[in-house]
Amino acid sequence: MEEDIDTRKINNSFLRDHSYATEADIISTVEFNHTGELLATGDKGGRVVIFQREQEVLLEEQTPAVVLGSVLRVLKSHLPSFQSKNQVHRRGEYNVYSTFQSHEPEFDYLKSLEIEEKINKIRWLPQQNAAYFLLSTNDKTVKLWKVSERDKRPEGYNLKDEEGRLRDPATITTLRVPVLRPMDLMVEATPRRVFANAHTYHINSISVNSDYETYMSADDLRINLWNFEITNQSFNIVDIKPANMEELTEVITAAEFHPHHCNTFVYSSSKGTIRLCDMRASALCDRHTKFFEEPEDPSNRSFFSEIISSISDVKFSHSGRYIMTRDYLTVKVWDLNMENRPIETYQVHDYLRSKLCSLYENDCIFDKFECVWNGSDSVIMTGSYNNFFRMFDRNTKRDVTLEASRENSKPRAILKPRKVCVGGKRRKDEISVDSLDFSKKILHTAWHPSENIIAVAATNNLYIFQDKVN
Amino acid sequence: MFARGLKRKYGDQEEGVEGFGTVPSYCLQRQSLLDMSLVKLQLCHMLVEPNLCRSVLIANTVRQIQEEMSRDGVWHGMAPQNVEQRAPIDRLVSTEILCRTARGTDGEHPTPELEDDPLQSSASELPIVSSAQGQRNPQSSLWEMDNPQENRGSFQKSLDQIFETLENKSPSSVEELFSDVDSSYYDLDTVLTGMMSGTKPSLCNGLESFAAAPPPPSSTCKSDLAELDHVVEILVET
Repeated sequence: MEEDIDTRKINNSFLRDHSYATEADIISTVEFNHTGELLATGDKGGRVVIFQREQEVLLEEQTPAVVLGSVLRVLKSHLPSFQSKNQVHRRGEYNVYSTFQSHEPEFDYLKSLEIEEKINKIRWLPQQNAAYFLLSTNDKTVKLWKVSERDKRPEGYNLKDEEGRLRDPATITTLRVPVLRPMDLMVEATPRRVFANAHTYHINSISVNSDYETYMSADDLRINLWNFEITNQSFNIVDIKPANMEELTEVITAAEFHPHHCNTFVYSSSKGTIRLCDMRASALCDRHTKFFEEPEDPSNRSFFSEIISSISDVKFSHSGRYIMTRDYLTVKVWDLNMENRPIETYQVHDYLRSKLCSLYENDCIFDKFECVWNGSDSVIMTGSYNNFFRMFDRNTKRDVTLEASRENSKPRAILKPRKVCVGGKRRKDEISVDSLDFSKKILHTAWHPSENIIAVAATNNLYIFQDKVN
Repeated sequence: MFARGLKRKYGDQEEGVEGFGTVPSYCLQRQSLLDMSLVKLQLCHMLVEPNLCRSVLIANTVRQIQEEMSRDGVWHGMAPQNVEQRAPIDRLVSTEILCRTARGTDGEHPTPELEDDPLQSSASELPIVSSAQGQRNPQSSLWEMDNPQENRGSFQKSLDQIFETLENKSPSSVEELFSDVDSSYYDLDTVLTGMMSGTKPSLCNGLESFAAAPPPPSSTCKSDLAELDHVVEILVET
């Protein structure tokens, strides 16, 4: 009995799984909210799906602890330390909470071009009342959505009957006061603000400021600062568009506000540089306060050097002390106080270095992988090909490769570390570089803000992995 | 001459490796990368607005190749003075990304350096050269210059033209919109729908079609520019 329930619940971990892969279902962004209670995903079809974590339940259990979801054995050091023998702590599972269409496809008649409805980024606002707020953006328009619950409705109107039809006034002989009665929980999402027409180029990042009053949106050449309350204007704070577009050689690839200092933000470029700007310095932050760039390694120079140095994601650590950047082959951690080189560099899939020409040909070299910190900034995670994703423990310097696929990980099983074989001899269980499936790429991952729960988007499937309990 | 720390890279089995273990010509590989890049730039223009980051990266790669080729003196008919005026990128130290290669000779002669298999390389190079000079597709008239020599020498401009395209999708200044000589720019449809869609898959035509003169330094369109300025003035009422 218990097993059956578990199976159903565990299948929920593989939400959004379809037997066929429709393009509209390809997940394009994943984000936990600030408490980790909610997990939002955006897809290529412009939809947002929000998952909510179940309340945790304590059960009496005689059999060994039930493990929900798959398991990360490598993070043993972070396991909760003690579990009672007679009780099992059932960790909350994530279930669908709300689904709504955030963006629709548009057509720009002036340029005769389609504007994709694909959700590029979702960012949550911190919760300030009973409702949840998130920002979602496609290439051109940012929207603020309010997600609220309704679990009561008024009943006992005088002029209307229960079905809403008007009553004949002549039949009304008494007056009553409508009362709120419980109803089935309804979660509704309403667009509260639409921030449009401020970006000529494609928006790649949005970031909520720590003042919770402003946020920024960044496209290829400009960054705009918005106030949540004002939709008809925004401040341009970075503009790297050259006067002569012929001189364009560098674009903005990602941007983020400092987690604590509301005047500070960073943006990364396609040339592998990061600029930190202080908005107090000037209205237009064209001059950076700090400039992070690692000198090029001359022994690795090639025609593809610039392309693989292009930074696809930049993330502040929760502490605000470090930034992490992802380029095609590596993840780098920078100390804000040291601009001339990163303090740590992790090889994600260096075996691809010899395949760059093929990856250039099939455009994979332009894939934009994201990277995330765990809650304590001790572990970083990023995706790779073949549905592999990698984790690096900054303290122990250990790393692991895991796979997000149904075939290779049964529910409740511990995820087995994977290995890519680069040498001649391939051991059993290893996979050779040439067998990697480059169409299965993990670009988007998210880490719960305080617990060891991760969400991994593999094309159109979402995997949620939890730490092993007991 | 060019001691470029040549290293054998693991697993380097790129296309162009001939049978019998011959080392593929570096120039051939470089040319093939150039061709591939140009095709990619052309195919950018689809129904959805092209990815600017990708275009910029490809264009930068093409520039790198072009600069190296011009330093080698192998850029077809390209005189050194046509090289872009900006500070040159440092000579790429290691050139083995494409293939294991041994650059035997200095790049003095205009023809591409031929390595182990001169006949084969030249055979593949020649068609490119001849078709570049031969074909003229009317559809690429948008950027076609009347002067073929200009085409050869204005590769930098061709890259710029790509950004013209991208820029023209959202013209921020009217001058840029009208800075091209060709009269088809006045055709709003052509401008707004992305000129590249008309060009054909042939890479050489792509090279040709890139030849335009948006940058002011070009001497061949000064008179046209003056005319355009006049038109622009009328339009913007300045």
